[in-house]
Amino acid sequence: MSMNRREFMQLLAVAAASGFALNSRSALSADSTGSFYDLPSFGNVSLLHITDCHAQLLPIYFREPNVNIGLGQSMNKAPHLVGEKLLKSFGIKPGTREAHAFTYLDFENAARTYGKVGGFAHLSTLIKKIRSNRPGALLLDGGDTWQGSATALWTKGQDMVDACKLLGVDVMTGHWEFTLGAERVKQVVDNDFKGKVDFVAQNIKTNDFGDPVFEPYVIKQINGIPVAIIGQAFPYTPIANPRYMIPDWSFGVQDDNMQQVVDEARAKGAQVVVVLSHNGMDVDLKMASRVSGIDAIMGGHTHDGIPAPIKVKNAGGHTLVTNAGSNGKFLGVMDFDVKGGKVADIKYKLLPVFANLIEPDTEMATLIKNVRAPYEAKLAEKLAVTEGTLYRRGNFNGTFDQLILDALMEVKGADAAFSPGFRWGTSLLPGEAITLEHVMDQTAITYPQSTLTEMKGEMIKAIMEDVCDNLFNPDPYKQQGGDMVRVGGISYTCDLQQSIGKRINNMMLKGKPIDPNKTYKVAGWAPVAEGAEGEPIWEVVTSYLKDKKVITPRKLNLPKLIGIEDNAGIALPER
Amino acid sequence: MNQFRRAFLKGAGTVGTVAMAIATGLLKPGAVFAATWNTLAFTTKDLSEAISNAGYAGATDSSDIVIKAPDIAENGAVVPVSATCNIPGTTSMAIFVEKNPAPMIADFAFSNGAEPYISTRIKMAKTSVVRVSVKAGGKNYTNSREVKVTIGGCGG
Repeated sequence: MSMNRREFMQLLAVAAASGFALNSRSALSADSTGSFYDLPSFGNVSLLHITDCHAQLLPIYFREPNVNIGLGQSMNKAPHLVGEKLLKSFGIKPGTREAHAFTYLDFENAARTYGKVGGFAHLSTLIKKIRSNRPGALLLDGGDTWQGSATALWTKGQDMVDACKLLGVDVMTGHWEFTLGAERVKQVVDNDFKGKVDFVAQNIKTNDFGDPVFEPYVIKQINGIPVAIIGQAFPYTPIANPRYMIPDWSFGVQDDNMQQVVDEARAKGAQVVVVLSHNGMDVDLKMASRVSGIDAIMGGHTHDGIPAPIKVKNAGGHTLVTNAGSNGKFLGVMDFDVKGGKVADIKYKLLPVFANLIEPDTEMATLIKNVRAPYEAKLAEKLAVTEGTLYRRGNFNGTFDQLILDALMEVKGADAAFSPGFRWGTSLLPGEAITLEHVMDQTAITYPQSTLTEMKGEMIKAIMEDVCDNLFNPDPYKQQGGDMVRVGGISYTCDLQQSIGKRINNMMLKGKPIDPNKTYKVAGWAPVAEGAEGEPIWEVVTSYLKDKKVITPRKLNLPKLIGIEDNAGIALPER
Repeated sequence: MNQFRRAFLKGAGTVGTVAMAIATGLLKPGAVFAATWNTLAFTTKDLSEAISNAGYAGATDSSDIVIKAPDIAENGAVVPVSATCNIPGTTSMAIFVEKNPAPMIADFAFSNGAEPYISTRIKMAKTSVVRVSVKAGGKNYTNSREVKVTIGGCGG
């Protein structure tokens, strides 16, 4: 029997999985990106979308979650599908490159086989290729771009501002950008971006008179067709992040204002109306059902790599909702066929960015090299070696968060520890050295103070209940899009069918029930209140790593979950 | 808003603005200077008693009362709440926060056909239903929406 191409490819994958490095770039490519990225053009208006890259300029590993629970109307629907359930729902074959991109399945082996993902030099080549047969295509950046790495923190986001300009970003909105402070954001928008990148947000107003802080939208001509891009910044920035960074600005979902802006854009002649959103996918799905006249919401914030758009019905017809993952791992491509002043058809593809399949763009590679040069030696410092996979993403905990909790409790001498449920942060494979750069990938924020607080048991419970409600409140508009606070030292049960105040039970510390009236020493970091003092979290983690030298596989402190029967948003790894 | 208008309003200050509103007949002087302060309604700790004492009992639910308030408060100490009533003949509007120690927040009276629109900032200790009640044409109407108050942090 002769071997067809598919079988040959499968054999290659097997060979790679059994330890051969698969030099796919030469094995697969006709040009600098390979056939994997041959995406036939369609229609007459194209939008490319990146979001939540969290300042990752170089290719990285990123493990998708195996716990991303949806409840009520969100249960067993995208984005609340993990592993095989996600693959089945979107018709992706297990054991393939795509399956690795969209799920945690067989993460270590697949990551070794298919290599790192993302990287701005690789993304740049891919964008140029996709743009080459889509004249006039715009590149949209959904935000969380100027935060997430050491270099972004140390250059106040300048490395990312320059990289995005070179990448050719046309329109942007934001979230973590605002943690650099209102002045810094305005400085970039009014200077670096002036005449080049439109920073749009319909839902940011001044506290005093309710004046818009940024342009709510921009209308661009693409092949003679007016296309409106409306900005939707993260609605809960002043709540989830420090208020004092942006004292004079008010946010919120503001879907009534969104409707007005959509109507205004349509009245001005926009034939395509797209929202560039940082709401998070659950909020986007609800907003799509309440606001009419939007063709598509291209979303981010919740870091959901969703292979196909979700169609949402509303009073005006329907709206497509997408979410394009995180850490530079994906490029969303949306092609519109506009006929007679209306969108007749839409095609969408979320392309995973595999560094091994793409030649890095020389100009971008040079920019990245120059940006990193002053810090390179410092960042490369090896602090320890990890024996297990380190990752963050998941509703309740991740191994890198467990490592941070362990470090906090030991270094600070605490009974228990809290670590925020951030969704950014890269992954490490077993055997890799943990460098300062890796630690900064998990911790690089402008309010990094670590704290040790005396807290009564009832306060500990109140905090856990509050954060849990931000994740599992049945109304998406009352969710904030982060994950549950990671808890060290305290075991607990979490009843997901309950309401706030009743979800967190059976809290135990060292085998004893938490006493509501007893005081405990609790370590934490990333305080949102102004004036907190304490060494930056990366110093705490660094000293712990240097002390241990070898990081054994972490045992995750996970709550016993109640009310997750038949939930496709949770899968426990085989091992 | 243009910079001139912003500077003008800041300079004019609250007293000037209110005086202007009175002069143009939008507010009854009595409503501002509290000739008829309803002590009982404003101090009672029980929601239904407060509603009853203020004369808003037996209200019919109405979506013609449009309440604008954040889904999650950015700062529980100053939660912006505004409401418009589209029911003809509206003569007064009141705000109640169910979980506040004293639920009654404000009572506004309208005369001379003033547009029934109110906007204020209220203090909320915790997540609660915000209720707006209305008197119009001799009947009472009400609508409500929940505002969540959270300790914050931990986002995305």
